[in-house]
Amino acid sequence: MRKRSIVPILYILFLLLPIYWLVAMSFKTTNEILGGFSLFPQVWTLENYRVIFTDPTWYWGYINSIAYVSLNTVISLVAALPAAYAFSRFSFLGDKHLFFWLLTNRMAPAAVFALPFFQLYSAVGLFDTYLAVALAHTLFNIPLAVWILEGFMSGVPRELDETAYVDGHSFPSFFLRIFLPTIKAGIGVTAFFLFMFSWVELLLAKTLTAVEAKPIAATMTKTASSAGYELGLLAAAGVLTIIPGAVVIYFVRNYIAKGFALGRV
Amino acid sequence: MTLELRNVTKRVGGETHIHETTLRLEPGEFNILLGPTNAGKTSLIKIMSGLERPTTGQIVVDGTDVTGLSPQKRNIALVHQFFVNYPHMNVFDNIASPLRVAGLPRDEIVRRVEEAADILQLRPMLKRRPDELSGGQQQRCALARAIVKESKAVFLDEPLANLDYKLREELRDQLPDLFAGRGSVVVYATSEPTEALLLGGRTALVHEGRITQFGPTAEIYRAPTDLTSAQVFSDPPINIAQVVKAKGEIRLSDTVAWQATRAAAGLADGSYTLAIRPGHVSPEKGGANAVRISGEIRITELSGSESVAHFRMGESIWISQTSGAHPYRVGEIRDFFIDTTHCFYFTPDGKLAA
Repeated sequence: MRKRSIVPILYILFLLLPIYWLVAMSFKTTNEILGGFSLFPQVWTLENYRVIFTDPTWYWGYINSIAYVSLNTVISLVAALPAAYAFSRFSFLGDKHLFFWLLTNRMAPAAVFALPFFQLYSAVGLFDTYLAVALAHTLFNIPLAVWILEGFMSGVPRELDETAYVDGHSFPSFFLRIFLPTIKAGIGVTAFFLFMFSWVELLLAKTLTAVEAKPIAATMTKTASSAGYELGLLAAAGVLTIIPGAVVIYFVRNYIAKGFALGRV
Repeated sequence: MTLELRNVTKRVGGETHIHETTLRLEPGEFNILLGPTNAGKTSLIKIMSGLERPTTGQIVVDGTDVTGLSPQKRNIALVHQFFVNYPHMNVFDNIASPLRVAGLPRDEIVRRVEEAADILQLRPMLKRRPDELSGGQQQRCALARAIVKESKAVFLDEPLANLDYKLREELRDQLPDLFAGRGSVVVYATSEPTEALLLGGRTALVHEGRITQFGPTAEIYRAPTDLTSAQVFSDPPINIAQVVKAKGEIRLSDTVAWQATRAAAGLADGSYTLAIRPGHVSPEKGGANAVRISGEIRITELSGSESVAHFRMGESIWISQTSGAHPYRVGEIRDFFIDTTHCFYFTPDGKLAA
């Protein structure tokens, strides 16, 4: 083994260690976890996973999370695509400032918005719905989507638009049939990041839901407090929260590098 | 169709891109817009095609004002310098795109696409995607999309500029035939004078947002009406010098002067700007009208069948271009002969005098 590969290997080991520990824990019984140090499960058990897949309070957490995350991804993309097109193709008064201002929205801590959202959504009857969390997450996801998409769109020459118009395409026809397929890699990358940010966000999701739309992360914390330390169960739940992200990464793995290369991700 | 620009101008921000321009293009003509980069060729094409609105003036097609009409409603075709195809469609769908939008029946689309593909030798590539094609094939695909539509006006914005030499020659030979006999107005922008001469047709010389001269290509090459036109339509750049006419004699410098003959004989005494194409400055004395000048050779270019020498005479650099290989050496002082029958004389404000 050459010397220079030692550092990356150590780095990857350190990165994977907590994940390995989580996966190992999920196959142990809580007693074993608390009992002492063990690299591998002494007694393999699938009991933790069985509980999650059979107990509605657990699996509904996943369904709720996936529901509002998907809803948020769709809303953010639908709103961000025209906006990004405008930023990429037109120049208008204050366009650069507006573009930067969009980005500053990402710098606002979610905690600042938790209370006003809670009050507002309670007042209009949105509290504890998928839409509530999905809308709240657009606060930081739409700016992110506009930012990434604008990079991809600016990579498409204006001549493509002109060619389509000359060929007779109306604007909607051009946008849906020519332009969107052209930047589908960018849309994939954007969707991935929207999905991830909405999936890992906990504060807003927890504040704006109670029972009906409770996200998996909230379920996890509540279980921990009510039934003592069920560490094996929690670890299994943790493993299952990683899986959707891993699946999405697998689908967009070829495009992510392109997104990074554009300097927007 | 007849395409007219009437008093068209284009200003963007504080800058004038196109100065007041009036131009009339006849159906079936191959029109060339010739001018250096940034002269306004692309702006003119965008205005003519409706992609951009002129600031003032009108676009008139067959007597109808179409100034505000969007390009979608104009039945035109456009090919860019960069190979623009729809990347997610295969070649067949790319070529078929304008026909599908127009809502033609399926068998008609297939027939016309295959016909266009045959003309441009794209038959074997119909199932491929643009990124699987070479540059030349991509541009042929774009050209096929332009001809399949059988539009009234076809705009070609330096379509060959990004192709390699061999492909460029090949496509250039095909181009005039592609559009001949279709009765459509063809507008072809290029920055290469040689290309304009090879294509023939009619040429409009564009310089800094103005059309300086418009007419049959060979004719305006032979007879520029002003100094700018002569400069735009010359490759290598035309030689320019200040001369004085007095007592029936044209004087170029203290030592170089010759008898004014032909049209030059009729010039009034005074200062003129002389322009002579590099092709008429030769290292060999030819004919009675050859006048000897000499200069120090600075740069030489040998292209097999042609020799080009840049030499310094006084303050200015002159260029000579002759057929055959001449053994120039950089730094040597050498005699050249200018053919005074091919000199243009311009008045100080740039108008052709003789």
